[in-house]
Amino acid sequence: MGRIFSILAVLIVIGAAVFWYVTRPVMADAEVLAGIEPDLERGEWVFYAGGCASCHAPEEASGEDKLVLSGGRPLESDFGTFYAPNISPDPEQGIGDWSALDLYNAMHNGVSPEGSHYYPAFPYTAYVHATPDDIVSLHAFLQTLPASDTPSQPHEVGFPFNIRRALGGWKFLFQNDDYVVTAGLNETTTQGRYIAEALGHCAECHTSRNILGGLNKSEWLGGAPNPSGRGTIPNITPGALDWSEADLVEYFTSGFTPMFDSAGGHMADVVSNLSQLPEEDRTALAAYLKAVPPIE
Amino acid sequence: MTFTRATLLGGIAATLAATAVFAASHANVEGAIKARQSHMQLYAFNLGILGNMAKGEVAFDADAAQAAADNLAALAAISQAAYWPEGSDADSVEGTKALPAIWESGSDIGAKVAAMTEAADAMAAAAGSLEGVQGAMGALGGACGGCHQTYRQTN
Repeated sequence: MGRIFSILAVLIVIGAAVFWYVTRPVMADAEVLAGIEPDLERGEWVFYAGGCASCHAPEEASGEDKLVLSGGRPLESDFGTFYAPNISPDPEQGIGDWSALDLYNAMHNGVSPEGSHYYPAFPYTAYVHATPDDIVSLHAFLQTLPASDTPSQPHEVGFPFNIRRALGGWKFLFQNDDYVVTAGLNETTTQGRYIAEALGHCAECHTSRNILGGLNKSEWLGGAPNPSGRGTIPNITPGALDWSEADLVEYFTSGFTPMFDSAGGHMADVVSNLSQLPEEDRTALAAYLKAVPPIE
Repeated sequence: MTFTRATLLGGIAATLAATAVFAASHANVEGAIKARQSHMQLYAFNLGILGNMAKGEVAFDADAAQAAADNLAALAAISQAAYWPEGSDADSVEGTKALPAIWESGSDIGAKVAAMTEAADAMAAAAGSLEGVQGAMGALGGACGGCHQTYRQTN
């Protein structure tokens, strides 16, 4: 009897140690950004390719107001409603006091400067692919935007998902820096992949998720239910989308489909970002979508 | 384009009046949905003429482009007041993607329609050259998207 208890006790200690180890927030060393100089023009490009304003600018913002990243946009999910925080340069309410390394840890590791896990509503599973150079440039660009002292809203997330430490386990399962599409890429499609898989985080909406909220990578870009509950997000692999590359480029530029319907919902935001990029980036993105394995 | 703007403001006022008059009779709702979807088809057809030239899939024809752009401006100026009776949203009836937010307080649909009318007028003014059409296409698409983003259900 006593022996069984000692074995159990040992197992519990091991389990707790594994949990503690697996769920610990990982922070990067300052060395990863050593010697990198920011490039503001590149930072602006990263800003639009990454679609920062689509969540971090208030929902009703348009025009210049989209550069005020005061947060507030709700993101509904099966786990609760997340509110995009203030990432304007305000040192109190925003991220004005962040270093480039803080931004790197947020985007690459999903960890705050205080060392706590972010919810993956912030698409760090995509941003993990962003290059250190691009993060340094984005950091510099964000600091040039208008500051707002609007406080960030708390997320509406119930038990057990409100235990942030457990997100370490989620990351252990789903956070890695492997690209999904790896075969048959050329220079153009590789550039398109960087925009789609790393910065543009297309898969966050266009790929279905498992019960834990991790992306089903075997169904990459194969469509998914709309997390806000209305309708579905379409399959954009060649298995379902037969638009030509020219059609895709036009869609990314003006939002018009080949039938001259127009982009709606969050995709209208995506188009307004993509239309800010140089045309060759939209062409690269179109070429990437044609190279994605078809999902029927 | 004072005429257009006056018509538009009249249209918005008439929408409010029509809302009361129609009181969501079923036959009217069905007809209204057909009417507004047909109106969208007319936009799409004329946009197609311009868009296919802009994309380079069809050779630029200044007369055809101007005619299509003028049609768009005329369509944008038509009062749609009676097309949008209350109770014709996606939560109330089948066959529409129109979100209830259109009719809710705080709806800025009037401003969005005004932006679209402006973009259609700009296209009509620019349609004399291929560069003009290409340049006006993005703003027009953005204006269409402005409404569809907030007020239309995704697929």
